Amino acid sequence: MNEFARRFGSFSSGHLRVWLGGSIVLLLITAAVFAPWIAPHDPLEQDLISGLLPPFWSSDHDSTYLLGTDSLGRDLLSRLIYGARIALIVAIVAATLAAVLGTVLGLLAGYFGGLFDTTISRMVDIWMSFPPVLLSIVLVAVIGTGLHSVIIAIVVIDWTRFCRVVRAEVLVQREQDYITSAVTIGLGRWTILWREILPNVVPLLITLLTLEMGIAIIVEAILSFVGLSVSSDQATWGGLIQEGRQYVHQAWWVMTLPVLCIIASVLAFNALGDGLRSMLDPVMRR
Amino acid sequence: MAPRFILRRLLLILPTLFGVSIIVFVLLRVIPGDPIVMMIPPGATQADIDNLRQLYGLDKSILDQYLIWFGAVLDGDFGISISLRQDVVGLIVSRLPATLELAVSAMALAVVLGITMAIIGTYWQNRWPEAVIDGISGFNQAIPDFLWGLIFILMLGVLWPILPISGRIDPRTGMEFTTQFYLAESILRGEFSILADLVRHMLLPMVALALPLTAVITRTLKASLFETMTQDYIMLSEIKGFSRWRILIVEALRNALIPTVALSGVQFNFLVGGTVLIERIFSYPGIGNMAIGAVIDRDLPLIQGLIITFAIIFIFTNLLIDLSYRLLNPRVANE
Repeated sequence: MNEFARRFGSFSSGHLRVWLGGSIVLLLITAAVFAPWIAPHDPLEQDLISGLLPPFWSSDHDSTYLLGTDSLGRDLLSRLIYGARIALIVAIVAATLAAVLGTVLGLLAGYFGGLFDTTISRMVDIWMSFPPVLLSIVLVAVIGTGLHSVIIAIVVIDWTRFCRVVRAEVLVQREQDYITSAVTIGLGRWTILWREILPNVVPLLITLLTLEMGIAIIVEAILSFVGLSVSSDQATWGGLIQEGRQYVHQAWWVMTLPVLCIIASVLAFNALGDGLRSMLDPVMRR
Repeated sequence: MAPRFILRRLLLILPTLFGVSIIVFVLLRVIPGDPIVMMIPPGATQADIDNLRQLYGLDKSILDQYLIWFGAVLDGDFGISISLRQDVVGLIVSRLPATLELAVSAMALAVVLGITMAIIGTYWQNRWPEAVIDGISGFNQAIPDFLWGLIFILMLGVLWPILPISGRIDPRTGMEFTTQFYLAESILRGEFSILADLVRHMLLPMVALALPLTAVITRTLKASLFETMTQDYIMLSEIKGFSRWRILIVEALRNALIPTVALSGVQFNFLVGGTVLIERIFSYPGIGNMAIGAVIDRDLPLIQGLIITFAIIFIFTNLLIDLSYRLLNPRVANE
C-alpha cells in the first residue's frame, strides 16, 4: 500500500500533469495548425437566417452547425478553431520572445552584477509595480491595435517574470563549486555563462515559459475582448466572448464555449508547467 | 515624525505626477493613428480637417502642445474629450465615485476574507480546514479576475440568475442622488432598499476583483502567522493560559500583518488596475470602462486625464499602505 501510494504519488505529481496538460496543448496545436481542414465552415461565412442556433445537445439544433452559431449565423465550432490559431500564435511567439529578453538580461545582471545589475533590478521592480492589464491597454493605445501590438505588449510587460527568476537562479549557481572549477581551469566568463550556467537554468526556464504561454492566452483574450487585438472580423476567443456577452441571456453558449476553451488551455499550460517542474527538478523528483 | 513623513510624501506627489504627465503626453503623441480622422464626417474638405486640427491644437509641436496642456491642467482644465465632446474633468468626476466605491469595497472584502482564512488556516494547522483553505487560495490565485468575472456572469447571471450582471443600479429605482457616491449616499440617507439594489449590482464585480487579492493575503499572512506563532512571547502567552484564539487574534496577528501590509501596496494597485476590465465586463459605469472606450476612440485628452487620475489613485494607495505599515511597525516609525 505504501509502495503503491509512493509510486502513485510520484506519478501523479509529475507525469499525470504533464500527460493531461500536454494532451490538451497538443489538441490545441493540432486545431490551430490544421484549422482550414478541421473547421467544418468558413469562420467568416454568414448565414443570417440561422443566427444563434443552439449546440448539438439541444433539441432544436441544426446538424450542420455542431456547436451552434453566433448572431450572424457564423459557425461557432469553426470560429473557436480559428480562434485557437490566434491564441496559440500569441502564446508561443510572445512567451518565447519575453523569455529570451528576460533570460538574457537576467543572466547578465546575475552574473556580472554591479551597476548593470542594480539598474536592471530596479527596472524590474518598477515594471512589476504597474498593474499589468492597465499597462497592456495603455501600451496598445500607444502602438496601435493588431497581432503585432498584442505580442509586443506581452513581451514588454512580462520579460520581468523571466528576468527576476533567472537572475536569482544565476546568483545561486554562481556560488557553486562547478563554477569555481570552471574559473580555475581558465574558462572565459562568456563561456562559463553560456556553457555552464545557462544549461542549469533551462529546467526553470521551460517551466516559466509554459506558464507564460497560459498568461499570454489570457492577455490576448482580454485585449480582443475589449476590441484592442486583431481586427474584429477575425475570429478570436476574446472577440467571441465580447459578442456572446451582449446576448448572453438569449444564447448563453456563445460566451460559454470560448470561456471554456480559455480555462482549459490555461489550466493545461499550468499543469504542463507544474508537471515539468517536478519532473525536471532532481530534488523534487526524489 | 508621522506628520513630517506625510508632508514629505505629499510633496513628492507633485514631481511624480509631473513625470507621469510628460511620459504619457510624449508617448501618446507618437501614436500612429490620427484622432482627427476619427471625428471628421464623410465629405469633409482638407480645410475642415485643418480647422479641426487647429481647434484641438494638434497642428503645434509636441513641446508647445505639452506646455499649453500643462498650463491648462494647472488651472484644473484637462481639455474637452474628443469622442464625448464634454469637459474631461467633469466626465472623470462624474464616473470616478463609481470606481472608487467598487475598488474600496473589493479591497475591504479581500482584506476581511484573507485575514479570516489565514486565521482559520493557522488555528486548524495540519487539519482539513487548512487543506481546504490552501486549495481555495491556489485556485483563486490561478484564475485571474477577468475569468472570474466571466464565470460569475455565466453561473450567477445566466445559469442561476439571482444577480444582475450589468450596470450599477436598477434604472427603475428612480432615486435622485445628489452625489455620485451612490453607496455612501444611500447609507447616509437610510435608503436601505436602494442600498440593497446597489450591493446586488456590485457583488459580482466586487468578488471577481477581490478573489485574487484574497489569495495573496491568505498565503502571505498564513506564512507569517506560522512564523510568529513560534516566537517566545507567544509561548509565554500560552503558559499564561490564554486561549489559542485569543493568542492568534490579539497577540500574533498584529506582528504577523507587517509583511502582508508591505506586500499589499502593489496588490491594491493591481486591483485598481483590474477595475478597468471588470467594469467593462459588467458594463459598470466607472472610469475604467470609460478608459477602454477612450483608448478605442483615440480620445487623447480623455486618456491623459484618466491616466493622471489612475496615477493619483496609485500614489494615494501607496501612501496609505506606507502609513499603515509604519503604524503597525514601530521599528520603522522611530527611525
